[in-house]
Amino acid sequence: MLSNLANLLRYRGLISSLVARELKARYRGSVFGFLWSFINPLLLLLIYSFVFTTIIPNEEPKTRPYALFMFCGILPWTWFASSLSDAAGSLIAGGNLIKKVLFPAEVLPIVSVLANMVHFFLGLVILIVFLIVYRHPPDAWDLFWFPIAVLVQLVFTCALGLLLAALAVHFRDIRDILANVLTLWFFATPIIYPYFQANVQKFRPLFNANPFTHLAISYQEILFFYGPIGHWRWLLALGGGSLVLFLGCYWVFDRLRDSFAEAV
Amino acid sequence: MTPAITLANVSKAYRRYGGKQFATLKSAFLQRSILRDLQPSETFPALTDVSFTVARGATYGVIGRNGSGKSTALKLVAGITKPTSGTVTVRGRISALIELGAGFHPEISGRENIFINGIMLGLSKREIQARFDDIVDFAELREFIDAPVKTYSSGMYMRLGFAVAIHVDPDVLLVDEVLAVGDEGFTHKCLDKFAEFRRRNKTILLVTHSLNLVERFCDEALWLDAGRAMTHGDPKRVVGAYLTKVEEGEEKLLADTTAKAVEHAGHGGRVGRVGQVGEDTEGTKRPADPTSDMFTAAEGRWGSREVEITDVAFLGRDGEPTFVVHSGDPLSIRVKVRAVRPTDDFVFGVGIFNADGVCCYGTNTFLEEMNPERLSGDAEATFAVDSLDLVEGTYKVDVAIHKRDGFPYDYHRLLYTFRVKSRVRDVGIYRPRHRWSFSPTVQFKSGRDDR
Repeated sequence: MLSNLANLLRYRGLISSLVARELKARYRGSVFGFLWSFINPLLLLLIYSFVFTTIIPNEEPKTRPYALFMFCGILPWTWFASSLSDAAGSLIAGGNLIKKVLFPAEVLPIVSVLANMVHFFLGLVILIVFLIVYRHPPDAWDLFWFPIAVLVQLVFTCALGLLLAALAVHFRDIRDILANVLTLWFFATPIIYPYFQANVQKFRPLFNANPFTHLAISYQEILFFYGPIGHWRWLLALGGGSLVLFLGCYWVFDRLRDSFAEAV
Repeated sequence: MTPAITLANVSKAYRRYGGKQFATLKSAFLQRSILRDLQPSETFPALTDVSFTVARGATYGVIGRNGSGKSTALKLVAGITKPTSGTVTVRGRISALIELGAGFHPEISGRENIFINGIMLGLSKREIQARFDDIVDFAELREFIDAPVKTYSSGMYMRLGFAVAIHVDPDVLLVDEVLAVGDEGFTHKCLDKFAEFRRRNKTILLVTHSLNLVERFCDEALWLDAGRAMTHGDPKRVVGAYLTKVEEGEEKLLADTTAKAVEHAGHGGRVGRVGQVGEDTEGTKRPADPTSDMFTAAEGRWGSREVEITDVAFLGRDGEPTFVVHSGDPLSIRVKVRAVRPTDDFVFGVGIFNADGVCCYGTNTFLEEMNPERLSGDAEATFAVDSLDLVEGTYKVDVAIHKRDGFPYDYHRLLYTFRVKSRVRDVGIYRPRHRWSFSPTVQFKSGRDDR
């Protein structure tokens, strides 16, 4: 297993070209092409801010401007959620490669995660534009934590992606289950409402048990709230946990590897 | 010298679907039985205890019927699947021409696909850059290289896949029936490339249905049947053994079809045709109507049955019934009849038609000026050809017994089928006995044609 993990480094050329292919192929043939990577998060931002400022306004003053607050959580969530649903289908979609070519299967879910990470970065550009428009600059020192949050999320998402991809080969139901679980998970995470709201605090242990809570809070503290980041212990703990989870998921993936070529 | 490929007692069982699957995801989790349940419960043996070695620099051919395990063997060597038991050892970089262009993405250009496919096959970007022009030229796709691959024809797609795979510069090349990808010219180019590989002492493992290719090209061959190694060694011998087996299978198939055709015609004829006997006499005067097409002319059986054909058999060289004859071998058509009453008016006739419906030969005893005197009870007539000089193909046969004026006693139209086999792919209908001679200024290489 460890030698396979080491091989993963050797495949970085393959991974990067597959990610590039994924991104190129995604919008090939559409009129706006790569602009969609900007348009999609922008439209999402507009819809959510319309709903939560005009139709069901959030009263919490600390979250103004609300659209911005929400966007800090939605962007990483979109990366997370679409990575998982892409990864879950990645081995099945790449069946040709697994069946007909000697191909390191773990590359496929990882490529899904990385391709979505690129979309996340492009979405950040929109976020930066809005931070400037709203004159709401984040604290410079906080930004130091931003790459760490991204890294933790990357490891965490890759771990789940590997696990789901391997299991989805054998249980096709996983992709449908996942879609529903992700919807639930989204509303169970303090993204469209702040963590410190009183009615959230009532269920505090439940929220703390949700790993994405800590990622969402970290992003919000780094990008949105003023003042020093108070959540870094949770973030680092989640980082450590994600590493362990990654090894565990990779182990499962490795065990199931030989069955892929036949089951896909 | 250490062999390039070694398979030692390799077996591979595939899981059969439709058997036991997971009851539910939940139970699989709860009972912690995921890994155990993934062990196949009902299996299909694709390969059983196969062992062979391929020496470095050798070209090794694997032949066998569809479903005999050839491709599984190749996948095991490629490392795409793992053997259920036994070991597979391969030394050196492998490139597998198994599924050409398997990694192509339809939306992006041929150029980008070459890079990505090359990287998948283990090349670095720089290596691909260096070979890029060769690849494009080999695939003959220079003007389309920037078009998305989805716009390619299947031939272009395969050519590009082939070109990339063959430029990986492997030590061991695995080829699965891919020479059918292009036109003549491209096939020749591929063969040239293989020949170059051979010269450079690379190992080639070739799975193919083209026996000709195996004989001409391979140093050794293996014949797989139903997942078992039947024999291996000298390609000529292995191919010969395989062909014998194939002929046996064909014989059985032809025997079955013939039996069915006769049975079918027997029933249909009795019910539907007897009333038409009178009208039919004109049309059946000649046993073989040269203008009739085999596929439009209805096969069937008609006649008054005053004399009935009870059995028709093709006899080969050894006098045993057969359905497959080699071109140039003797063939006899033996007709058994039974006369209800003795008669003095009878003509035996046979006609041989090729698959295009062309009458290759037709004759009867009347045309050959034999004067009938008496036929009674059970009788037998044999039409013997000393040397059946027909080209390879499937032939259908008319057998008839009728009166001199053409009134049919029993007419069997295209009910019998035999196959002519030939090692030479000559064309036409008739192969006259012939030989070539040349002036001393014309010379041929001895031995096999090694393109």
